[in-house]
Amino acid sequence: MLTKVHTGLDPVPGIWWKPAHRAEKVWVAIAFAWCMVLFAMMPLWHWKGGQNPSGVRTRVEPKAFLARTQAFANQYKVDTDRGVPVVAPPPGSEVYLTAMTYQWYPILKLVNGKTYRLHLSALDVNHGFSLYPVNVNLQIVPGYDYALEVTPNATGDFRIICNEFCGIGHHTMVGRVIVTDDAGNTLSDNRSARLGGVP
Amino acid sequence: MPSAFRTCPATGRRIHLGAELLVKANAVVAVVSLLIGAIAALLLVLTRWQAVHLLPAEWYYRILGVHGMNMLIFFIIYFEMAVLWFCCTALLNSRPAAPRLGWVSFGLMFAGAALVEWMQWSGRADVLFTSYPPLKADPLFYLGVILFAVGALTVVGLFFATLVIAKREKTYEGSVPLVVYGAITAAIIAVITLLHGALIYIPTFLWSLGIIPEVDPEIYRMIWWGLGHSSQQINVAAMVAVWYMLAGLTVGGVVLNEKVSRSAFVLYVLFISMASAHHLLVDPGFGPAWKIVNTSYFMYMAVLASMIHGFTVPAGMELGMRLRGYTDGLFGWLRRAPWGDPGFSGMVLSVIIFGFVGGITGVTIGTEQINIIAHNTLRIPGHFHATVVSGTAMAFMAATYYLLPLVFRRKVAFWGAARWQPYLFSLGMLLLSMGMTFAGSFGVPRRHWDISFSQAPFDVQFNPAVDLVLAVMGIGGIMAVTGALLFIAIAVKSVFFGEPVGEWKTGTYVPGIPPGITNPPVHAANVDEINERLHGGRGFPGPTPGTMVLVFVFLGAFMVYYFTNWKLLSQLWRLG
Repeated sequence: MLTKVHTGLDPVPGIWWKPAHRAEKVWVAIAFAWCMVLFAMMPLWHWKGGQNPSGVRTRVEPKAFLARTQAFANQYKVDTDRGVPVVAPPPGSEVYLTAMTYQWYPILKLVNGKTYRLHLSALDVNHGFSLYPVNVNLQIVPGYDYALEVTPNATGDFRIICNEFCGIGHHTMVGRVIVTDDAGNTLSDNRSARLGGVP
Repeated sequence: MPSAFRTCPATGRRIHLGAELLVKANAVVAVVSLLIGAIAALLLVLTRWQAVHLLPAEWYYRILGVHGMNMLIFFIIYFEMAVLWFCCTALLNSRPAAPRLGWVSFGLMFAGAALVEWMQWSGRADVLFTSYPPLKADPLFYLGVILFAVGALTVVGLFFATLVIAKREKTYEGSVPLVVYGAITAAIIAVITLLHGALIYIPTFLWSLGIIPEVDPEIYRMIWWGLGHSSQQINVAAMVAVWYMLAGLTVGGVVLNEKVSRSAFVLYVLFISMASAHHLLVDPGFGPAWKIVNTSYFMYMAVLASMIHGFTVPAGMELGMRLRGYTDGLFGWLRRAPWGDPGFSGMVLSVIIFGFVGGITGVTIGTEQINIIAHNTLRIPGHFHATVVSGTAMAFMAATYYLLPLVFRRKVAFWGAARWQPYLFSLGMLLLSMGMTFAGSFGVPRRHWDISFSQAPFDVQFNPAVDLVLAVMGIGGIMAVTGALLFIAIAVKSVFFGEPVGEWKTGTYVPGIPPGITNPPVHAANVDEINERLHGGRGFPGPTPGTMVLVFVFLGAFMVYYFTNWKLLSQLWRLG
């Protein structure tokens, strides 16, 4: 029951709903099965995997979020670097990070292997949180608090690059995250980690 | 307004002169936009190539916006308007509906595009292509986009009206050809897309005028991407239609089964508008269930559609070649194909790079969790240059090599150069895409003027390999721009100063006219018999064993890339 031979430029007389050849059926079945695998991987990773962009998401007034971040920074401030407070919150606590043109506020000092709830939001426009060289990338939208549980798995001196265009000074917007071991030491040589990158 | 028809000497079709003029006008403006976009591309690639770093910051971001609007909106949509006019008139032997209104919409689109260009070049719309609020542009920028969208929407309406006319006046028998069916798919998606555009640009326009107090930045992102990503699905549908068209014209590619191919197009219509979610996977506004359902286009049914076309297009070519006697071995049909015909080579390169590079990377980075290691890095432009440029733009260029003699009735100028233009352009785009993809894997951000971070408070040192892959990107970009400029030179010379096609003897080779026209791929008289024989008794690979091998190679590459990315993701900090 073959369709009469014709190209895609020819009108098709009569009924074109005709059975497909086995070759096409096999490929459609395989492609469908693969699509089901692609689909299943996402719920599966929520269940078994360790990296999910879900978090707790709430609306927040941008100025209120900045005020909360400042209160947080004052509470746990341990140092200052280039005018930005370095903040060492206790493990398990709520951590706040505000993105604004063209700065990340404050600098975070975390302990390797400990879990924190990191709240991300923006004061003015959209920003992009890109933790380098770990390569964790998240969108930061003003008016929305994106709270994710994070657990560092390496010590080192990390950077936050803004990777959403936020204005003419976008490329100068770099922040800092320090991860220490339990004794409070940053392994001085995290150069290999800093160079990092995914092959 | 001319209303007469002419008969095409090559194909014997009735072609309406008024409609033909609309096809020409839209195609010409498309090429002009391509020229602006290509020059912008050269400036950008020479800036992102950190060793060259050409433009100052302000101009880099400005030109980035110009490049996005000219390539993704003006070039592609103008060309699609030409494709729509061509499909509903020439392919159906019909007259166009309301050609005068067609010119009004053309004018609206032109005015909109001109406004946008003016705003962008004068620095009053430095908000990039996406124009995410609260970044604010001049109201005229948003107005320009709205005018352009209204014009395009009107053309889509006229396309549907022409289909009704053709049906009523019985200009063809039976069902519309598959290529027209694909164009209808593109048109339906265009309606969905342009409505999203209106839904978000009208309030944003009012906000820029100060009439409404704010536009929620997250809701903007969601609806805007209903325009931004779905418009790329117009491209996909139009590109697949062009694939089927060129397969038929160049090698006599057949439609294996109308049901399979048409159902795949229906899947596009049903599920593609969910694509907006691909851009919101690591956004704070949406929960995991919403992200999973939407980003997978409801269980990847639109991906299934592309995988079906990825089989039926080459299989149709293989069968078409086998029916014409090229039956030796698994790949004899490929070896004997007309690789010197830019209409053929361009189409095949488009299929291959769209599938292997654009498709595989797109589905992978569009996975909810894997997006964490890809969002807003150079991997994203690496992906979409492989789909929209190596895929859609290449297919449209290949189609142009046939439209020049068939619609403009001019020989293709610089024929010798035209024969290798697809290879130059594709190879350049492939290098550019790969360079961007690998740089992005190292965390290099997109839309970023200075990854040496010389003015930043803290140093960032990328892996030295990044310099290498950015150089690959730069060289690829220069090659691709050269290929694009060559195409523009060919198109402009042919249209405005070209030699008329004249007469030729069927079966001969005429420089300047693609061989698919002077020596059309005709099937033997007893082709249906041969077809029965090829279909019978070959087991499951059926009549197209070569294509069967190729699609399994594709599936293998897909699986390796996909699971490698899960592996890389698993090494990150725990996050949830």
